[in-house]
Amino acid sequence: MEILGVAGSLRRGSYNRMLLRAAGASLPPGVRFTEYDGLKAIPAFDEDDEASLPLSVSRWRAAIAGAGGILFATPEYNSSVPGHLKNAIDWASRPFSATVLRNKPVAVIGASTGMFGAVWSQAETRKALAAAGARVIDRELAVPFAHEAFDEAGSLRDGDLTLELDNILVELLDAIKQRVVA
Amino acid sequence: MSVTDVALSSTGLPVGTWKLDPTHSSASFAVKHMGVSTFRGRFEQFDATLTIDEDSAQLAGTVEASSLVVKDENLQAHLGSPEFFDLERYPQITFQSDSIRREGDELIIDGPLTIKDHTHPVESRGTIAGPAVTLGDVTKLGITLETVVDRTEYGLNWNAPLPRGGFAVANDVKLTVELELVLS
Repeated sequence: MEILGVAGSLRRGSYNRMLLRAAGASLPPGVRFTEYDGLKAIPAFDEDDEASLPLSVSRWRAAIAGAGGILFATPEYNSSVPGHLKNAIDWASRPFSATVLRNKPVAVIGASTGMFGAVWSQAETRKALAAAGARVIDRELAVPFAHEAFDEAGSLRDGDLTLELDNILVELLDAIKQRVVA
Repeated sequence: MSVTDVALSSTGLPVGTWKLDPTHSSASFAVKHMGVSTFRGRFEQFDATLTIDEDSAQLAGTVEASSLVVKDENLQAHLGSPEFFDLERYPQITFQSDSIRREGDELIIDGPLTIKDHTHPVESRGTIAGPAVTLGDVTKLGITLETVVDRTEYGLNWNAPLPRGGFAVANDVKLTVELELVLS
């Protein structure tokens, strides 16, 4: 079983990538966690480019198709989803009737340096994923003050947040297992 | 209508096991769209059996939800997604009657309806016609039933607010089956 991790922040020191890695480290044995690194290369969505799909988009869609589920960790830009992340979801959602996101179990978590932990961005990412046909876990993990949230080993310092992250991962894994069994 | 020799039960229903003629039957839904019109869709595959003996009557029906047909492939995909019927997990809709009453040509059937993982009692009303001896000496019965359900009670929750109030899709959905049943 593979979970694809997608950080909605591109910068090298991204707190959301740290959050993603903390999630990956707490997955049970037997679950492979792969961090997607190609978001920055995906061009702006253009229907005219669909006839000759950019390689970066083909790679993105193939990564989604090959994963059992996806864990998104997103920051919040201007109270909403980072443009490149929404753009990547838009590319993945096409063509709508045959999207690789259809029924794909997905969960969204997020971190921000402010006090709200990217809650609006998470909500809007879930909304876009649901509209695309994904099976969205109806939970959020808001990690506020992200610059203080991790210890030297990269783990979340807060026990409640750690527990909530574990709960989200359990739900995501259950949703993936249900598909495998079916 | 040709006279038949089918006996009537104590409830006035024709005794026998009545099986679906799928070619001449339909299962459909209708829902208010954008607050101004009625949107309709249908299911291509379904089955129903009406079993009537002297003292009891039962109607059992199964609809293959994945046989849903609408006119646009993108809409069809959306209706099949977890936001609506969630076909991957719940490919069937089922109904099993608890009671069947006949009042003249009117038929009233109560029983649990299951859509996705939600089961609620519904009362459906309609008409019954026949039995009649038809071509090939086949005895048939016609039943039409309608009920209105709140789709949100069955986990079909998607909606979108309209700019000046109201929502894109109503919660109340009319379900209609028109069954041509064959005496077996």
